[in-house]
Amino acid sequence: MKTEPRKELIVSAIENGTVIDHIPSHSVYQVMKILELDKTENQVLFGTNLESKKYGKKGIIKVQNKFFTDDAINKIALVAPNATLIEIKDYNVIVKKQVTVPDQIEKIARCFNPKCITNIEQVPTRFKVVDKSDLRLLCHYCEKITKKENVRFV
Amino acid sequence: MKNRSLVSINDFTKAEQIQILNRAAEFEKNPSQRILQGKVVASLFFEPSTRTRLSFESAVNRLSGRIIGFSDASSSSTSKGESLKDTILTVSNYSDLIVMRHPIEGSARWASEVATVPIINAGDGANQHPTQCLLDMYTIRQTQGSLDNLNIAFVGDLKYGRTVHSLVMALSQFNTTFHLISPSELKLPSSVKMYIKEANLNYYQYLDIAEALPKVDILYMTRIQRERFSDPMEYERVKNSYILNNSMLADSRDNLKILHPLPRVNEINEDVDPNPKAYYFQQALNGVYVRQALIASILGL
Repeated sequence: MKTEPRKELIVSAIENGTVIDHIPSHSVYQVMKILELDKTENQVLFGTNLESKKYGKKGIIKVQNKFFTDDAINKIALVAPNATLIEIKDYNVIVKKQVTVPDQIEKIARCFNPKCITNIEQVPTRFKVVDKSDLRLLCHYCEKITKKENVRFV
Repeated sequence: MKNRSLVSINDFTKAEQIQILNRAAEFEKNPSQRILQGKVVASLFFEPSTRTRLSFESAVNRLSGRIIGFSDASSSSTSKGESLKDTILTVSNYSDLIVMRHPIEGSARWASEVATVPIINAGDGANQHPTQCLLDMYTIRQTQGSLDNLNIAFVGDLKYGRTVHSLVMALSQFNTTFHLISPSELKLPSSVKMYIKEANLNYYQYLDIAEALPKVDILYMTRIQRERFSDPMEYERVKNSYILNNSMLADSRDNLKILHPLPRVNEINEDVDPNPKAYYFQQALNGVYVRQALIASILGL
């Protein structure tokens, strides 16, 4: 039996830790910010504009020796709704799952309403996700709905 | 309701809303009671609103409470750049309850999370004005005997009118049939219609008052503002279609009452005022009883 030779990985493999795959290329930096990887002491490898069969181009992030709670990882669903989370131990895949949009979103998104208190004073934002597939966020403060196309990040 | 804030009408259950209305009926019979003696209510009006402020202050005074506060932001430390949070934390130390009107949407919810005393929202920008909603409910029940199974028409600016939004939300709990009369640019937003649909109730939309008028028990008028129109020609074209005058009431029901959150400009012609169906000034008086009931309930008195 002939096996295809394994192509060399552009972003090298990690021994233990988390791989977040299928991130839209332009969202890689936002994902890193949401997961506070800009502040971590762990080794972080990432790539953008990599080839993907499914999406054309994609981004990937690999974090050595770090595992995320579901709550933490689901926050990235706003910018990377199709992301796959892979947990690695001793170079083997232990867990593989899709991110899901959470019911509540705190601190990471901005309310689109310029007259909302969260855009005027230092108030951490809070939204209820009223539509998960089309991403509609109901502001806990001004009670206006921010649609997907208007979402901006803190 | 003791020690709870009222920011949005939904913060209180239907049963609690009715409890407030029942308490208000007691204050209507006996408006001056000394139950607030020794209590201090802060009245923080970051934007002027004569009617709402005087009605709250009248409510507190009739109950022998004391009022501190300001009636416009220029006389508060906000003009020096103080944050709302700091103002609220400070005033919490000086009072048992804060009544707040603020031009920024969501400010009341934020204040209720920061304050160590309950907050009553007296209007936060275009968002919520729950005490207006309670006094409208009180007036409807007072004039019709019940809140159930009524035909209620809303006229004018249904898109931006916050009193309309809160009242539609509240009346969706009472098997109401809604008649929505507005220019097409100012229709009720879908986020508010959602409440009608979720309650499996019916609503009918009209461009013209005359068509709906004979079918309704309550005619709730609102003001149409020129600046709400993207096209000034459109405003000129529709402005006179939403003005009520006395001759239009000829075919209306005997029990019809006309309400308006006030201030009125010209949308109700003054020839309607002597008609017994005109009820907007009594409606404003009810604001005092409802606010007395609300303050007493929140302070647990």
